[in-house]
Amino acid sequence: MSSLKSKYQDELIANATYIGTPGKGILAADESTGTIGKRLASINVENVETNRRILRELLFTAPGCLECLSGVILFEETLYQKTAAGEPFVEVLKKGGVLPGIKVDKGTVELAGTNAETTTQGLDDLAQRCKKYYEGGARFAKWRAVLKIGPNEPSPLAIHENANGLARYAAICQENGLVPIVEPEILSDGPHDIGKCAEVTERVLAACYKALNDHHVLLEGTLLKPNMVTPGSDSARLGPEVIAEHTVRALLRTVPPAVPAIVFLSGGQSEEEATVNLDAMNKLKGKKPWSLTFSYGRALQQSTLKAWGGKDENIPQAQAALLVRCKANSEATLGAYKGDATLGEGASESLHVKDYKY
Amino acid sequence: MSAFVGKYADELIKNAKYTATPGKGIWAADESTGTIGKRLASINVENIEANRQALRQLLFTSPNALQYLSGVILFEETLYQKTSDGKPFVEVLEENNVIPGIKVDKGVVELAGTNGETTTQGFDSLGARCQQYYKAGARFAKWRAVLKIGPNEPSELSIQQNAQGLARYAIICQENGLVPIVEPEILTDGAHDIVKCAAVTETVLAAVYKALNEHHVLLEGTLLKPNMVTPGSDSPKVAPEVIAEYTVQALRRTVPAAVPGIVFLSGGQSEEEATLNLNAMNKLGVLKPWTLSFSFGRALQQSTLKTWGGKKENIGKAQESFLARCKANSEATLGKYVGGSGTGLASESLYVKDYKY
Repeated sequence: MSSLKSKYQDELIANATYIGTPGKGILAADESTGTIGKRLASINVENVETNRRILRELLFTAPGCLECLSGVILFEETLYQKTAAGEPFVEVLKKGGVLPGIKVDKGTVELAGTNAETTTQGLDDLAQRCKKYYEGGARFAKWRAVLKIGPNEPSPLAIHENANGLARYAAICQENGLVPIVEPEILSDGPHDIGKCAEVTERVLAACYKALNDHHVLLEGTLLKPNMVTPGSDSARLGPEVIAEHTVRALLRTVPPAVPAIVFLSGGQSEEEATVNLDAMNKLKGKKPWSLTFSYGRALQQSTLKAWGGKDENIPQAQAALLVRCKANSEATLGAYKGDATLGEGASESLHVKDYKY
Repeated sequence: MSAFVGKYADELIKNAKYTATPGKGIWAADESTGTIGKRLASINVENIEANRQALRQLLFTSPNALQYLSGVILFEETLYQKTSDGKPFVEVLEENNVIPGIKVDKGVVELAGTNGETTTQGFDSLGARCQQYYKAGARFAKWRAVLKIGPNEPSELSIQQNAQGLARYAIICQENGLVPIVEPEILTDGAHDIVKCAAVTETVLAAVYKALNEHHVLLEGTLLKPNMVTPGSDSPKVAPEVIAEYTVQALRRTVPAAVPGIVFLSGGQSEEEATLNLNAMNKLGVLKPWTLSFSFGRALQQSTLKTWGGKKENIGKAQESFLARCKANSEATLGKYVGGSGTGLASESLYVKDYKY
């Protein structure tokens, strides 16, 4: 058969399509315990379960925000947490029309013999874990593959390994009712120009879709989470229209129309940059047979985190900051962002961290 | 670089886009001397140059037919032929806004160790030949790769060889100003069902687009000429709407939107079937980011050929028949065909087992 026959087929297609609803996107709140620890440290908050819970409750109960979202990606711990009043986060999201998602990979490990290129682990018992997460209310999953650009990178090995890993993960998810978000992130680190990023992005995406086809993945029940096509972090910045043009062209050349939505990662872009670039893509004239929306972590939460600073009395203002970014990105998916979001502290701050590890 | 952007890039993109104009399609008139001989034999006409010239002239000068065509694929001999008034065929086409194309492959050869599977030859001096054809007025090319469905077919070898072959041919064309039509034909021969055809078509197309990416082919300057997704020739027929659904689904799963147009081959379908199926695809409500049109040979010419029968006095009627099929298919590209065009000849199956060009 061409694509695998999952009993969840219709549900996968419906959920993937729903995530691509114009005006909505994904909040990536799946920072692992270690990573969220760094965020909390930056605002002098202790990395204990209570604080992690408080932060996520702040985000998920922020008035008006859930309307701008179709999905939230969670870390395993968060999938089972509740509000202070005792309501499971998963219920809060569902009531707000937001699909809960779950990060299922177990981080990257280096590929021996390469120049620090990596592959992603997490396939062991993945099927059982997906079943459990489905029972816990999750309806989509996320797995981050990482590639880098260098004189000899990404190598054919890195491309092949990561594409294959993504395809295996995707097939297992679909067998167990979870829409797989396919994320082949090409880091922006480096002095290369936008043309180089475009070339690598096209090569990597072509390999991903060949692998997905080989593994019989049902494309209509998947999402793609790619990097935007930009100059390297050590190169001169370019305007949103240029980024939009190169990005959409790369996608038109590689992503089959059967994929319902493309949900960009923000990488090291500031909150405002990530919004403006997404908006430019949706303003672009020409063919775009998939929705173009967001799956932002840092680029949705940065100002919110700073506004909160770990203090209860700051929660309303932190939630207001989140609403500003959610609304701005919601407008960007419609090509309707006017660039007038009240910039919270840090909204223009680059979030680039060299050789970023989750 | 990702895609090769040579000196012809803008022209390739423009020509590919024009060929994909809704309401127009391609007439495949590129039968080799041997193959056109079979056609002529079927109406008792001798296979000599004069008769081949007469047939093509009859068709090229059919009043009002050329408006429904964006391109015509020619065989090498025809590229250099003229009307009886001495006007080069290429000029007749150009004056009517029809882009001349040229078949550049040199047929298939068997892959040793397989069950009769083949690869396509024609690479030797292909670059130089393309340059010559460009000088003679050609602006697109065609290369037919052939695969078959069987218990163990198509094999991985056959898929890889044919995909790589199409990609090499495509980049060489683009280097020399010709828009490559990429044709991975999966024969209908067999007892398999439509689901099997769909699975094979998706696997083959995925391999083709991976190869095109590897060879730096500029997708915006190409066209795809695939088979429709149908049951095997020994299986019960299904309705046009079913064919349309499976075909468009397969294409949506494999063909990047950067490709401007998909121009179907007719295979062994009758003239009317081919038109009805194309029409059903264009009526489908699902998003189709490429034009869906035709690149028909037999399915445009069959009734015309029979009506002509090699006799001068039949030319007028034959030309009317040709016009009718061109118009019907033009309407089909817009989802506007209402059926029943032409005579009973139009419903005759053109299926030939293990068809060789």
